[in-house]
Parts: sequence; C-alpha cells; structure tokens
Amino acid sequence: MSKEKEKEWDLVIGAKPKFFDLNLKSLWRYRDLLFLFVKRDFVAQFKQTILGPLWYIIQPLLTTFIYIIIFSKVAKIPTSGLPPLLFYLSGLVVWNFFAACINKTSSTFVSNAHIFGKVYFPRLSVPLSIVISNLVTFGIQFVLFLCFLFYFVVFRSFDLNINSSVLLLPWLLLIMAALGLGLGIIVSSLTTKYRDFTHLVGFGVQLLMYASPVIYASSILPPQFSFLVKYNPLAPVIEAFRFAFFGQGMLSYTGLVYSTVVAFAALVIGAWNFSRVEKDFMDTV
Amino acid sequence: MSRIVIKAEGLSKYYRLGRVGTGTLAGDLKRFWAKTRGKPDPYAKLGQDDTFSVSEHWALKDISFDVKQGEALGIIGKNGAGKSTLLKILSRVTTPTSGTAKIKGRIASLLEVGTGFHPDLSGRENIFLNGAILGMSKAEIRSKFDEIVAFSGVDKYIDTPVKRYSSGMYVRLAFAVAAHLEPEILVVDEVLAVGDADFQKKCLGKMQDVSHKEGRTVLFVSHNMNAVRNLCSRAIVLSNGSLVFDGGANEAIAQYLSANTEREGLYSSAVFDEINEQAMVRKVELKEAKDSVLEYTSEKIRIDFSLQAKLNIPGMFLGIVIEDVNGNTIIVSSTDENEKDVLLNNRPGIIDLHVGFPGRLLKPGKYFVTFSLRTKSDKIFHRVERALSFEVVDNYTFRGMKNRYRPGAIVAPEIEYKLL
Repeated sequence: MSKEKEKEWDLVIGAKPKFFDLNLKSLWRYRDLLFLFVKRDFVAQFKQTILGPLWYIIQPLLTTFIYIIIFSKVAKIPTSGLPPLLFYLSGLVVWNFFAACINKTSSTFVSNAHIFGKVYFPRLSVPLSIVISNLVTFGIQFVLFLCFLFYFVVFRSFDLNINSSVLLLPWLLLIMAALGLGLGIIVSSLTTKYRDFTHLVGFGVQLLMYASPVIYASSILPPQFSFLVKYNPLAPVIEAFRFAFFGQGMLSYTGLVYSTVVAFAALVIGAWNFSRVEKDFMDTV
Repeated sequence: MSRIVIKAEGLSKYYRLGRVGTGTLAGDLKRFWAKTRGKPDPYAKLGQDDTFSVSEHWALKDISFDVKQGEALGIIGKNGAGKSTLLKILSRVTTPTSGTAKIKGRIASLLEVGTGFHPDLSGRENIFLNGAILGMSKAEIRSKFDEIVAFSGVDKYIDTPVKRYSSGMYVRLAFAVAAHLEPEILVVDEVLAVGDADFQKKCLGKMQDVSHKEGRTVLFVSHNMNAVRNLCSRAIVLSNGSLVFDGGANEAIAQYLSANTEREGLYSSAVFDEINEQAMVRKVELKEAKDSVLEYTSEKIRIDFSLQAKLNIPGMFLGIVIEDVNGNTIIVSSTDENEKDVLLNNRPGIIDLHVGFPGRLLKPGKYFVTFSLRTKSDKIFHRVERALSFEVVDNYTFRGMKNRYRPGAIVAPEIEYKLL
C-alpha cells in the first residue's frame, strides 16, 4: 500500500542521492536545451568578429605553419616522409578535438555556477553540449585537412594511401570524445573544491601533447621514451588516424582497445563523480 | 478534491560556516601530512586548538508542510530565515541534509529572471535559450513566442543583442519568458522586486492568473506583504530555519510582523556628535515605543528632539518628513507652519522640543523619519535622512481580518460611522 503511494510522486528530493544516478531520462527531456547550448556557443563566439567562423580554420593553419618552421625546418624532426603540412595538420585536427573537449568541460561547474545556482536542469547537458560543439569544430577542421590532402594529391603528385581503416574514424572520434569528456568532468568535479585543478589542466594538456605523437611519429622515439606512446591512450588514436589517410605509421588494434578501455573507464568514473557532485556543489563552489 | 502536490517532510539543511578546508589542495595536503606526523596544523590560527571546529548553522530545521493543488502558498520570514534555502531545495539546486520533499507534477522555479541570458545573443535567441533552461521544449517556446514578445513589449528590438537593452527591457523580456512557463507547480522568489511599478503590477497580475484562473500551484517568497496578501491564500512563516506558523495568509503576515521582536533595522532614538554648525540636533527619540513598535491605537506618535543652538537664529525651523517603506511621503511638517512658531525666538543653548503626530492614522507597517534643521533662506544646518524608523502594528482583528491594513490605501485614519 505504502509502496504504491510512493509511486505517485513524480519527484522525490531526498538527502541521500542514489549511488549512481545519471538521470538520462531527464537529459533526454532537455535535449532541446542541449542543442541550444551548442548553438549559443557558436553564435556567441563570433558575434562582433570580422572573420567569424574563419577562425576555426585560421587557428590550426597558423599553428601548423609554426610547427613547420620550428619542428620541421629548425629542429629537423622527421615527418615519416610525409609533407610536413599534412603531417602536422592531421595530428593537430585530432589533438585539438581532444584538447578542446577536456579544457572546456573541466570548467563546467565553476563557470556555470551562476546558472546552476538558480535553476535545475540536467547538469550533464553542459559538458555534453561542449563535446558536440567541438565535434562540429572538428568537422570544419577535418574538411580543411581534406582540402589540403586533395591539393597535395592533385598538384604535388602526393601518393594517396587512403585505406579501409578510414572506416575506423567514428571509433577514433568516440574514443577522443569519451576521453576528453571523461577526464574533463572528473576535473570539473574536483575544481568545485580545489581550484588548483584549473591551472593543472591548462598546462597538463599542453604537456600531454608533447607526450603524444602530434609533432613526431611514434616510430622515431628512442626506446627509453617509448613508454610515452605505449601507455598514452591518445597515441594509438592519432597514429591510427594518420595510418588511415597516409598508410604511414602504425595501426595497432591492441592499442586502440586499450584506449577504448581507458576512455570508457574515465567516462564512467567521471559520470559517477559528476552525478555525486552536481547535487549540492553549490554549497562548496 | 484537491490532492496534495508537494509534501515536505522534516526538511533540514546544515551548513558549515567558516572555512572548512584551507582552500587549496596544497594547503589540505600539508595539513594532512602534518597531522599524520603528529605535528601541529600549519594552518591553525593562534589560540585556536583545532581548525576543524567550524561553527555549524542549520539553515532549515525540520520543515514539514503540504501544498495542495491550485494553492498559492506564501513563504515569509526575515532575511536569513531559510526561505531561499527552502526554495533552493525544492528547485533541486541543492539537496537537503535530511528529510524529503515529494513533488507531483512538473515543477519550475524562478529564483531569478533571465538566468542564462547571453549578452551577445539577440532577444529572440535568448527567449529560446532561457525558455529551454527553464524546462520548455523548443516547440513549446515557438508556439508561445509571439505572446512572450507581446508581453515583454520589446518587439522592435527582438533581433538586437540583449546587451544593448536598457535594464528595464532586459528584465521585461526575462520575466515574459518566465511568465509563459506552464508548469504544474511554479516556485517564485522575489522576482517582482524588479522593473517599474507598472511592470510589477503586470507581473503580479500574471501570477494571479496562473494561480487563480489556471489552477496551478504557486510557491511565492517575498518581503512585499501586500503582494503576498494579494496572491496567496495561505502562508508559512519561517524564523531561524524553523517553521513557526502555517495558516491563512493574513494571519501569517500578522504573526510575522508582530513576532518579529528583534525589529531588524528599526531604531527609535539617535544621538548625534557635535558638528561645526550654528545649530544642530543632538538627540532625537521616539517616545512610548516598545522596541520601536507603536500600536495603531496609540493616541499620539511622540517624537522628542533635543536641539542645540550657538546663538539666536531668526527664521530657523525644523522640518520633519515621515515616509513609509515603499518610499511614499506620508507626512510633511515643520515647526513654522503653526501660528505659534516655537522656534521663532530661540535662545542659545539646548532646546527640548516635543512633536506630536496624531495616532490612529498611520496604517500598520514600517516608517522612516527624516528631519532637517534649517532657515527659510535655505541654509541647512543639520539634515539626517531616515534618522528614526519605527513600525506601527495592529492587533485588532475583526472577522479574522486585520482590517486596518487597508490594501491600496496610504493611510488608515479611524473613521467614524454613525446612524443619524
């Protein structure tokens, strides 16, 4: 009898949150909000700019040119026989997706405290919307990469080696998204109490880039540093991406499975932590 | 047959005051490291044995109440009584420390208008964004879009970024979105304290429609007793985190006003330090008031002034203004308005002055007294705004109503009715 009565309530606000309560149902109900957040991110970013969305192209291009000058021309780091521009751009496009995901999701709680303190909506919709925005950004930069690829094939008689592993692309993106989101929300939960993590993520991500095969190929690493690539879940993804388009580098399914497991673990831990923190982080933030 | 749609059972919320951690991870780690080695806490303050002894504060203590469908419940109490905490819990912004609240139906809360407005986005874009944050679907917003724009009255600027709006337009647009929410339960916190008087009226009217005509449940927190009285049939009074009264709105308001013994912000006397002027007010005091509270039925409201003049100043007078809490000027008077000007030929030295206002005139509420000691040639010696404040209370009930509140009236003089 009393059990039946409990069921009549649509919402029970209690002290003890459920152990793992992601509330995917309400996330689905607020799906319009998710996409409005994505739209807001894009529209607001380019209001009062002259170049507008062109910035999405300028940023990786300039970075690539600087890498060409510093790492290829000055430091003479080999690019596995590929044109440096294609080599760096391919690495950057994938890397940028991950870096943007983790950088932006990690400040979810702190930078949205003013909204979170006033109204309830599924908190997870904010980091998710960030990942979706970045997916769109990735799409734009990916097209840029394809354009250059096309240019090199047509005008520079570059040997195109696109192979069937291109089909792995969605999987690669999923790994990157899960890693970025998972790590990002873990950090965002921690920053509600300790702001130290905001600083840590900033340069941590930067350092991580040098530990990933973005500006070099894993094959050129001396053996004493090979652990960098061996245990870095990002390395197999970047390598696989290059392999898919250039047929160069290494495609390791063991590595990809390892990355998937790490990404999934990060996502689960992150989501669990997030669901715990979102309930009353307003009291500590 | 109204069913219960909100059931709060023993809601409590505990806050630890003061700094719990050292604020940084490094600090907490150092403290932990020191503790494990048995060393004193490096962050302990001198004379403090234990930095973990933070003072505790129960923002809410064991609050239980039910709200029926279609009911408009007012929540009143002083600042810090726990009203906002209660709303935050019901809005799921934070969780209670213990107890539960059960809710039937869709609940939407308005703890602020314009939450999530992005300054760079246009009015149109913000309507969609804000509506979605408040829990509306895109289709719902689209169907109400024209209504929202019409209500806000900013239709000409709907495609302008809201950062270019005047603050009034901004608030109107924000409220318009919120007003078109259609939840079964609406939780509103003090949002009416924005906008100009006209707009406030419009908002209050909209809220009345929501609760009276459309039969939706409203929880309303406000310091504006008139708004609570107009909107709510029932009210609960919170004091220091506890629920002290639950009943009819009028009784609750009376209870709140009279039980409020600390009389926050009321001061029935003031003493002033010497100033470099020819004349000044040394002391002003409201007489016969208990804790700055006067009964409506007092025969007189008596204010005594102690003036100090260094010389004879022809044409000096004392002006007094009594304002109510809404800023309406209720009484303006000065010593020179009578045939017999008591200050006309003042002697140098201390002058004790008695000022008597008629009783049975000011309606229950809070009032402020401003005085200025000056000459007719506009030389102001001493002027103090809101030097005194007091509250008029009325314990007279007639048919269960505090009949001297006289909603809409400025004063409440005692009127004689007699059959001839």
